[in-house]
Amino acid sequence: MIANALASASSFVCGTGVQWRCDPESRAQRIYFGNHSSHLDFVIIWSALPGDARRLVRPVAGTDYWQRGVVRRYLADQVFHAVLIPRTQGLGCRCDAAKLSVGRMADEIGDRCSLIVFPEGTRRVDGEIGAFKSGLFHLSQLRPDVELIPVLLENLNRILPKGEVLPVPMLSRVIFGSPLTRVSGEGKHEFLARARAALVQLGAS
Amino acid sequence: MSSGVDTALLRLVGGVLALLVVASAIGALMHRFTRGDPGRAMVENINARIRAWWVMASVFAISVITGAVGSIALFTVISFLAMREFVTLAPTRRADHRALLWCFFAVTPVEYALIWIGWYGLFSILIPVYISIFVAIRVVLAGDTERFLERTATLQWAVMICVYFVSYVPALLMLRIPGHERQNAKLMFFLVLVVELSDVLQYIWGKAIGRRRIAPSISPNKTWAGFVGGTLSASAIGAAIWWATPFGPMTAATMAFVVTLMGFAGGLIMSAIKRDRGVKDYGSLIEGHGGILDRIDSLCFAAPVFFHLTRYFFAA
Repeated sequence: MIANALASASSFVCGTGVQWRCDPESRAQRIYFGNHSSHLDFVIIWSALPGDARRLVRPVAGTDYWQRGVVRRYLADQVFHAVLIPRTQGLGCRCDAAKLSVGRMADEIGDRCSLIVFPEGTRRVDGEIGAFKSGLFHLSQLRPDVELIPVLLENLNRILPKGEVLPVPMLSRVIFGSPLTRVSGEGKHEFLARARAALVQLGAS
Repeated sequence: MSSGVDTALLRLVGGVLALLVVASAIGALMHRFTRGDPGRAMVENINARIRAWWVMASVFAISVITGAVGSIALFTVISFLAMREFVTLAPTRRADHRALLWCFFAVTPVEYALIWIGWYGLFSILIPVYISIFVAIRVVLAGDTERFLERTATLQWAVMICVYFVSYVPALLMLRIPGHERQNAKLMFFLVLVVELSDVLQYIWGKAIGRRRIAPSISPNKTWAGFVGGTLSASAIGAAIWWATPFGPMTAATMAFVVTLMGFAGGLIMSAIKRDRGVKDYGSLIEGHGGILDRIDSLCFAAPVFFHLTRYFFAA
């Protein structure tokens, strides 16, 4: 109930218009990867999903932020079912710890859940889409069975920019793209460039 | 309302109800007898608009009948939703965030609270004087000078159009008109009815016999026939419901005419902003109509003029 109320509240505040270029009701396991410019990003993707999908989706989020305080911990565990990753080893880093985190993400979703990730690694200030870190590539290698869905978030950096606490209730848009095609034997850089291009492409139409 | 329910107000509501029934019946007939895809698409849009009119008219009628509370609450919400559509399109920058927060969460409620407590003096200058200055100060303090004038003017226009102008509709309740005490809800009804009917009638006249476009670079759908037919027929309707106002028939016609002209100009101005930003509609809140600003664009520019004319010539 808290989850439903929170989902409606956040899409109301952000006046979210949702567009689907893939089947919203699909039962397929998915990795939703979006551009990151605001704290609201994963909440908005999460609330744009249909109820059934929302209960099975797990956002990847930073442990340091979401373990602080009772409310955040409750939200992360009980409402969002977040996969919490220590920030220093998130999708960003190339060290062994990063591989470990990506491995955990791949395991945590089992054979039913989906993931929400932000492959840029951190929030952008200017509303542009930055280069993707390598985590998405490793994740896609570990779980070749899962659909990769680009999700473009528009205007959220204006609603709640980095460093601000209160949102300005402008209108936003979420576009779920069609699944990224899998190319066997594709290298890391080609894959990441292609995934980013698929995300950028959604804004052009 | 002084004693129970105002019968003139009920007659106005009844008239709108009858109009909607007729419109829906015509819409159903058109749906049945229209062949061919382009025609069907247009009929589908017309029927969507009529359905939305049912909702909008009901919300408006209920809020007017519940008196000042309902009317002020309704227009507070309208201002809020209109401003969010406006600033979504507006070229604001990150440094404007705090100024925007003030506009939404302080200016809007305070402006309407002033109507509620009936403080006309402050109501009429709060936004044009204090908020215009405050917005400029808040933006300059944020320290970002890029497109400074454009951004400041944009925020000032956002609160002027979406809050100040719109708030003139319920502000009519503040007027004290001798011999017409506690009956200003009908004045509000008169204004909104004439403006919105003028929009609808301009559309109908334009679709029926419109040929020459009046402002092709701004709004492709506005034609001379639509403009002349729409404003004149809406003025005639305004004259016909003079009994609901403090005006005589001729004055009601004149008032209605002025209001439709202002409404037409408002429609053009708001369209020009959309063209400049490269969009067709301000939003998608109201099915068939677009956003809330697409629906109230004419009302924004008609309400302040109607208020001040009425106040100058009729109020004590």
